[in-house]
Amino acid sequence: MRQSWWKILAIALLLYTLTAGLLMDVPRLPILNETIRALHFHVTMWFGMILMLVAAVYYSIKYLRTNDIKCDDLAVEFTNAAILFGVLGITTGMLWAKFTWGDYWSGDPKQNASAIGLLMYFAYLILRNSLTDTQQRARIGAIYNIFAFAAFIPLIFVLPRLTDSLHPGNGGNPGFNAYDLDSKLRMIFYPAIIGWTLLGTWLATLRVRARRIERTLEDRFLNS
Amino acid sequence: MKKLVTILLLVFSLSALAQEKTPVTEADYSNNSVEMADVMRTEGKIYVLVGIIVIIFAGITVYLINTDRKISRLEKNLPA
Repeated sequence: MRQSWWKILAIALLLYTLTAGLLMDVPRLPILNETIRALHFHVTMWFGMILMLVAAVYYSIKYLRTNDIKCDDLAVEFTNAAILFGVLGITTGMLWAKFTWGDYWSGDPKQNASAIGLLMYFAYLILRNSLTDTQQRARIGAIYNIFAFAAFIPLIFVLPRLTDSLHPGNGGNPGFNAYDLDSKLRMIFYPAIIGWTLLGTWLATLRVRARRIERTLEDRFLNS
Repeated sequence: MKKLVTILLLVFSLSALAQEKTPVTEADYSNNSVEMADVMRTEGKIYVLVGIIVIIFAGITVYLINTDRKISRLEKNLPA
Protein backbone atom coordinates (compact mmCIF):
# COMPACT_ATOMS: atom_id res chain seq x y z
CA MET A 1 0.00 0.00 0.00
CA ARG A 2 2.36 2.69 -1.17
CA GLN A 3 1.21 6.26 -0.67
CA SER A 4 -2.32 5.22 0.06
CA TRP A 5 -3.22 7.87 2.64
CA TRP A 6 -5.50 9.66 0.20
CA LYS A 7 -7.42 6.47 -0.47
CA ILE A 8 -8.05 6.07 3.23
CA LEU A 9 -9.06 9.73 3.35
CA ALA A 10 -11.50 9.12 0.48
CA ILE A 11 -13.15 6.22 2.33
CA ALA A 12 -13.32 8.18 5.59
CA LEU A 13 -14.82 11.27 3.94
CA LEU A 14 -17.39 9.20 2.07
CA LEU A 15 -18.39 7.31 5.21
CA TYR A 16 -18.87 10.70 6.86
CA THR A 17 -20.88 11.94 3.87
CA LEU A 18 -23.16 8.91 3.81
CA THR A 19 -23.91 8.94 7.52
CA ALA A 20 -23.89 12.65 8.35
CA GLY A 21 -25.54 13.46 5.06
CA LEU A 22 -28.56 11.41 6.09
CA LEU A 23 -28.56 12.09 9.81
CA MET A 24 -27.58 15.72 10.36
CA ASP A 25 -30.11 18.51 10.71
CA VAL A 26 -31.01 20.23 7.47
CA PRO A 27 -33.01 23.39 6.85
CA ARG A 28 -36.71 22.65 6.44
CA LEU A 29 -37.50 24.22 3.09
CA PRO A 30 -40.73 23.93 1.10
CA ILE A 31 -40.77 21.70 -2.01
CA LEU A 32 -37.24 20.45 -1.32
CA ASN A 33 -38.19 18.81 2.00
CA GLU A 34 -35.84 15.91 2.74
CA THR A 35 -34.53 15.87 -0.81
CA ILE A 36 -32.28 18.76 0.18
CA ARG A 37 -29.87 15.99 1.20
CA ALA A 38 -29.32 15.18 -2.47
CA LEU A 39 -26.99 18.18 -2.34
CA HIS A 40 -24.30 15.92 -0.86
CA PHE A 41 -24.72 13.31 -3.55
CA HIS A 42 -26.02 14.85 -6.77
CA VAL A 43 -24.28 18.23 -6.74
CA THR A 44 -20.99 16.72 -5.61
CA MET A 45 -21.00 14.49 -8.72
CA TRP A 46 -20.70 17.59 -10.90
CA PHE A 47 -18.01 19.15 -8.70
CA GLY A 48 -16.07 15.90 -8.81
CA MET A 49 -16.52 15.73 -12.56
CA ILE A 50 -15.17 19.23 -13.08
CA LEU A 51 -12.17 18.69 -10.81
CA MET A 52 -11.29 15.54 -12.71
CA LEU A 53 -11.74 17.31 -16.02
CA VAL A 54 -9.27 19.93 -14.82
CA ALA A 55 -6.82 17.09 -14.14
CA ALA A 56 -7.51 15.71 -17.63
CA VAL A 57 -6.79 19.10 -19.21
CA TYR A 58 -3.60 19.40 -17.15
CA TYR A 59 -2.34 16.05 -18.39
CA SER A 60 -3.44 16.82 -21.95
CA ILE A 61 -1.31 19.97 -21.92
CA LYS A 62 1.51 18.04 -20.31
CA TYR A 63 1.27 15.45 -23.06
CA LEU A 64 1.49 18.09 -25.76
CA ARG A 65 4.60 19.53 -24.09
CA THR A 66 6.44 16.29 -23.40
CA ASN A 67 4.97 13.75 -25.85
CA ASP A 68 5.01 11.32 -22.96
CA ILE A 69 2.34 8.68 -23.55
CA LYS A 70 1.95 8.21 -19.80
CA CYS A 71 0.37 11.67 -19.58
CA ASP A 72 -2.09 10.61 -22.25
CA ASP A 73 -3.10 7.59 -20.12
CA LEU A 74 -3.87 9.91 -17.23
CA ALA A 75 -5.80 12.34 -19.44
CA VAL A 76 -8.03 9.60 -20.87
CA GLU A 77 -8.72 7.87 -17.60
CA PHE A 78 -9.48 11.10 -15.74
CA THR A 79 -11.90 11.96 -18.54
CA ASN A 80 -13.46 8.49 -18.30
CA ALA A 81 -14.01 8.82 -14.55
CA ALA A 82 -15.35 12.35 -15.08
CA ILE A 83 -17.83 11.06 -17.67
CA LEU A 84 -18.99 8.39 -15.23
CA PHE A 85 -19.63 11.09 -12.63
CA GLY A 86 -21.34 13.26 -15.23
CA VAL A 87 -23.71 10.46 -16.25
CA LEU A 88 -24.49 9.76 -12.60
CA GLY A 89 -24.97 13.50 -12.08
CA ILE A 90 -27.43 13.90 -14.93
CA THR A 91 -29.49 10.82 -13.98
CA THR A 92 -29.65 11.77 -10.29
CA GLY A 93 -30.51 15.28 -11.44
CA MET A 94 -33.42 13.96 -13.49
CA LEU A 95 -34.75 11.99 -10.53
CA TRP A 96 -34.44 15.00 -8.26
CA ALA A 97 -36.06 17.24 -10.87
CA LYS A 98 -39.06 14.90 -11.13
CA PHE A 99 -39.94 15.63 -7.51
CA THR A 100 -38.94 19.27 -7.26
CA TRP A 101 -39.46 20.73 -10.73
CA GLY A 102 -42.28 18.37 -11.69
CA ASP A 103 -40.69 16.51 -14.56
CA TYR A 104 -37.65 14.38 -15.32
CA TRP A 105 -36.71 16.59 -18.22
CA SER A 106 -38.22 20.03 -18.47
CA GLY A 107 -35.86 21.30 -21.15
CA ASP A 108 -34.31 23.56 -18.58
CA PRO A 109 -31.19 25.40 -19.84
CA LYS A 110 -29.06 23.81 -17.14
CA GLN A 111 -30.24 20.32 -18.09
CA ASN A 112 -29.86 20.90 -21.82
CA ALA A 113 -26.41 22.41 -21.42
CA SER A 114 -25.13 19.57 -19.26
CA ALA A 115 -26.48 17.05 -21.77
CA ILE A 116 -24.62 18.85 -24.58
CA GLY A 117 -21.50 18.90 -22.40
CA LEU A 118 -21.69 15.17 -21.85
CA LEU A 119 -22.19 14.54 -25.57
CA MET A 120 -19.01 16.52 -26.27
CA TYR A 121 -17.10 14.19 -24.00
CA PHE A 122 -18.69 11.10 -25.58
CA ALA A 123 -17.42 12.49 -28.88
CA TYR A 124 -13.94 12.64 -27.32
CA LEU A 125 -14.01 8.90 -26.70
CA ILE A 126 -15.36 8.16 -30.19
CA LEU A 127 -12.72 10.42 -31.76
CA ARG A 128 -9.96 8.60 -29.92
CA ASN A 129 -11.26 5.19 -30.86
CA SER A 130 -11.38 6.14 -34.53
CA LEU A 131 -7.63 6.76 -34.64
CA THR A 132 -5.25 3.82 -34.65
CA ASP A 133 -1.84 5.46 -34.37
CA THR A 134 -1.03 5.86 -30.67
CA GLN A 135 0.83 9.18 -30.87
CA GLN A 136 -1.65 10.70 -33.30
CA ARG A 137 -4.56 9.57 -31.16
CA ALA A 138 -2.93 11.05 -28.08
CA ARG A 139 -2.15 14.39 -29.75
CA ILE A 140 -5.56 14.90 -31.34
CA GLY A 141 -7.23 13.65 -28.18
CA ALA A 142 -5.29 16.10 -26.04
CA ILE A 143 -6.19 19.06 -28.24
CA TYR A 144 -9.85 18.04 -28.34
CA ASN A 145 -9.87 17.60 -24.57
CA ILE A 146 -8.60 21.13 -23.99
CA PHE A 147 -11.17 22.67 -26.32
CA ALA A 148 -13.97 20.52 -24.93
CA PHE A 149 -13.20 21.79 -21.43
CA ALA A 150 -13.06 25.37 -22.65
CA ALA A 151 -16.56 24.92 -24.08
CA PHE A 152 -17.89 22.89 -21.16
CA ILE A 153 -17.37 25.51 -18.45
CA PRO A 154 -19.38 28.32 -20.09
CA LEU A 155 -21.98 25.75 -21.16
CA ILE A 156 -22.83 24.63 -17.68
CA PHE A 157 -21.88 27.64 -15.57
CA VAL A 158 -22.42 30.74 -17.65
CA LEU A 159 -25.10 30.14 -20.29
CA PRO A 160 -27.78 28.70 -17.94
CA ARG A 161 -27.42 31.78 -15.73
CA LEU A 162 -28.06 34.17 -18.59
CA THR A 163 -31.60 32.90 -19.00
CA ASP A 164 -34.55 33.05 -16.69
CA SER A 165 -35.47 29.53 -15.88
CA LEU A 166 -33.24 28.55 -13.00
CA HIS A 167 -32.90 31.99 -11.59
CA PRO A 168 -34.58 32.58 -8.22
CA GLY A 169 -37.99 34.14 -8.32
CA ASN A 170 -38.42 33.66 -12.05
CA GLY A 171 -41.26 31.57 -13.37
CA GLY A 172 -41.85 30.23 -9.88
CA ASN A 173 -39.05 27.76 -10.36
CA PRO A 174 -38.22 26.28 -6.96
CA GLY A 175 -34.75 25.14 -7.88
CA PHE A 176 -32.13 24.72 -5.22
CA ASN A 177 -30.39 27.76 -6.68
CA ALA A 178 -32.86 29.99 -4.94
CA TYR A 179 -31.22 29.30 -1.62
CA ASP A 180 -27.86 30.18 -0.27
CA LEU A 181 -25.81 27.32 1.06
CA ASP A 182 -25.74 27.61 4.82
CA SER A 183 -22.84 26.68 7.05
CA LYS A 184 -24.35 23.45 8.38
CA LEU A 185 -24.83 22.11 4.88
CA ARG A 186 -21.33 23.18 3.90
CA MET A 187 -19.88 21.09 6.73
CA ILE A 188 -20.93 17.99 4.81
CA PHE A 189 -20.96 19.38 1.29
CA TYR A 190 -17.26 20.30 1.09
CA PRO A 191 -15.92 17.05 2.57
CA ALA A 192 -18.30 15.22 0.23
CA ILE A 193 -16.80 16.96 -2.82
CA ILE A 194 -13.29 15.95 -1.74
CA GLY A 195 -14.40 12.42 -0.94
CA TRP A 196 -16.14 11.78 -4.24
CA THR A 197 -13.33 13.39 -6.23
CA LEU A 198 -10.73 11.23 -4.49
CA LEU A 199 -12.85 8.14 -5.19
CA GLY A 200 -13.00 9.08 -8.87
CA THR A 201 -9.26 9.69 -8.89
CA TRP A 202 -8.72 6.28 -7.33
CA LEU A 203 -10.80 4.61 -10.06
CA ALA A 204 -8.90 6.58 -12.71
CA THR A 205 -5.45 5.65 -11.36
CA LEU A 206 -6.40 1.97 -11.19
CA ARG A 207 -7.25 2.01 -14.87
CA VAL A 208 -4.11 3.99 -15.70
CA ARG A 209 -2.02 1.31 -13.99
CA ALA A 210 -3.88 -1.44 -15.84
CA ARG A 211 -3.21 0.41 -19.11
CA ARG A 212 0.51 0.61 -18.37
CA ILE A 213 0.73 -3.11 -17.59
CA GLU A 214 -1.10 -3.79 -20.83
CA ARG A 215 1.33 -1.60 -22.79
CA THR A 216 4.39 -3.21 -21.24
CA LEU A 217 3.06 -6.65 -22.13
CA GLU A 218 2.25 -5.52 -25.67
CA ASP A 219 5.73 -4.07 -26.20
CA ARG A 220 7.30 -7.22 -24.89
CA PHE A 221 5.17 -9.32 -27.19
CA LEU A 222 6.12 -7.19 -30.20
CA ASN A 223 9.83 -7.28 -29.37
CA SER A 224 10.02 -11.00 -28.77
CA MET B 1 1.57 30.77 -7.11
CA LYS B 2 0.55 34.13 -5.65
CA LYS B 3 -1.17 35.04 -8.90
CA LEU B 4 -3.02 31.74 -8.91
CA VAL B 5 -4.34 32.30 -5.41
CA THR B 6 -5.47 35.81 -6.32
CA ILE B 7 -7.32 34.54 -9.38
CA LEU B 8 -8.94 31.77 -7.36
CA LEU B 9 -10.11 34.15 -4.64
CA LEU B 10 -11.38 36.56 -7.24
CA VAL B 11 -13.38 33.80 -8.94
CA PHE B 12 -15.01 32.86 -5.66
CA SER B 13 -15.81 36.40 -4.61
CA LEU B 14 -17.22 37.28 -8.03
CA SER B 15 -19.53 34.28 -7.98
CA ALA B 16 -20.68 35.34 -4.53
CA LEU B 17 -21.50 38.81 -5.86
CA ALA B 18 -23.35 37.52 -8.89
CA GLN B 19 -25.99 35.57 -7.04
CA GLU B 20 -29.05 37.05 -5.42
CA LYS B 21 -30.06 34.23 -3.17
CA THR B 22 -32.46 33.72 -0.32
CA PRO B 23 -30.38 33.11 2.78
CA VAL B 24 -31.17 30.08 4.93
CA THR B 25 -31.84 31.22 8.47
CA GLU B 26 -32.06 29.55 11.87
CA ALA B 27 -35.84 29.74 11.56
CA ASP B 28 -35.68 27.33 8.63
CA TYR B 29 -34.37 24.63 10.95
CA SER B 30 -37.39 24.85 13.25
CA ASN B 31 -40.03 25.57 10.61
CA ASN B 32 -42.46 22.77 11.44
CA SER B 33 -44.93 23.69 8.75
CA VAL B 34 -42.64 22.04 6.21
CA GLU B 35 -43.13 18.32 6.12
CA MET B 36 -40.01 16.23 6.73
CA ALA B 37 -39.43 12.56 7.53
CA ASP B 38 -39.78 13.24 11.26
CA VAL B 39 -41.72 10.08 12.09
CA MET B 40 -39.12 7.91 10.40
CA ARG B 41 -36.46 9.62 12.45
CA THR B 42 -38.21 9.36 15.81
CA GLU B 43 -38.82 5.66 15.17
CA GLY B 44 -35.10 5.25 14.54
CA LYS B 45 -35.71 3.63 11.17
CA ILE B 46 -33.36 6.12 9.55
CA TYR B 47 -30.51 4.15 11.12
CA VAL B 48 -31.66 1.07 9.23
CA LEU B 49 -31.30 3.03 6.03
CA VAL B 50 -27.91 4.43 7.03
CA GLY B 51 -26.79 0.91 8.00
CA ILE B 52 -27.77 -0.54 4.64
CA ILE B 53 -26.02 2.21 2.70
CA VAL B 54 -22.86 1.91 4.81
CA ILE B 55 -22.76 -1.89 4.36
CA ILE B 56 -23.04 -1.52 0.58
CA PHE B 57 -20.35 1.16 0.59
CA ALA B 58 -18.12 -1.07 2.74
CA GLY B 59 -18.56 -3.95 0.30
CA ILE B 60 -17.69 -1.80 -2.71
CA THR B 61 -14.68 -0.40 -0.83
CA VAL B 62 -13.33 -3.88 0.01
CA TYR B 63 -13.72 -4.87 -3.63
CA LEU B 64 -11.93 -1.73 -4.76
CA ILE B 65 -9.03 -2.32 -2.35
CA ASN B 66 -8.72 -5.92 -3.56
CA THR B 67 -8.57 -4.73 -7.17
CA ASP B 68 -5.93 -2.18 -6.18
CA ARG B 69 -3.82 -4.91 -4.56
CA LYS B 70 -4.26 -7.20 -7.54
CA ILE B 71 -2.92 -4.53 -9.87
CA SER B 72 -0.02 -3.85 -7.48
CA ARG B 73 0.84 -7.54 -7.63
CA LEU B 74 0.75 -7.52 -11.41
CA GLU B 75 3.04 -4.48 -11.47
CA LYS B 76 5.48 -6.23 -9.17
CA ASN B 77 5.55 -9.41 -11.28
CA LEU B 78 6.31 -7.35 -14.36
CA PRO B 79 10.06 -6.70 -14.29
CA ALA B 80 10.91 -3.50 -16.08
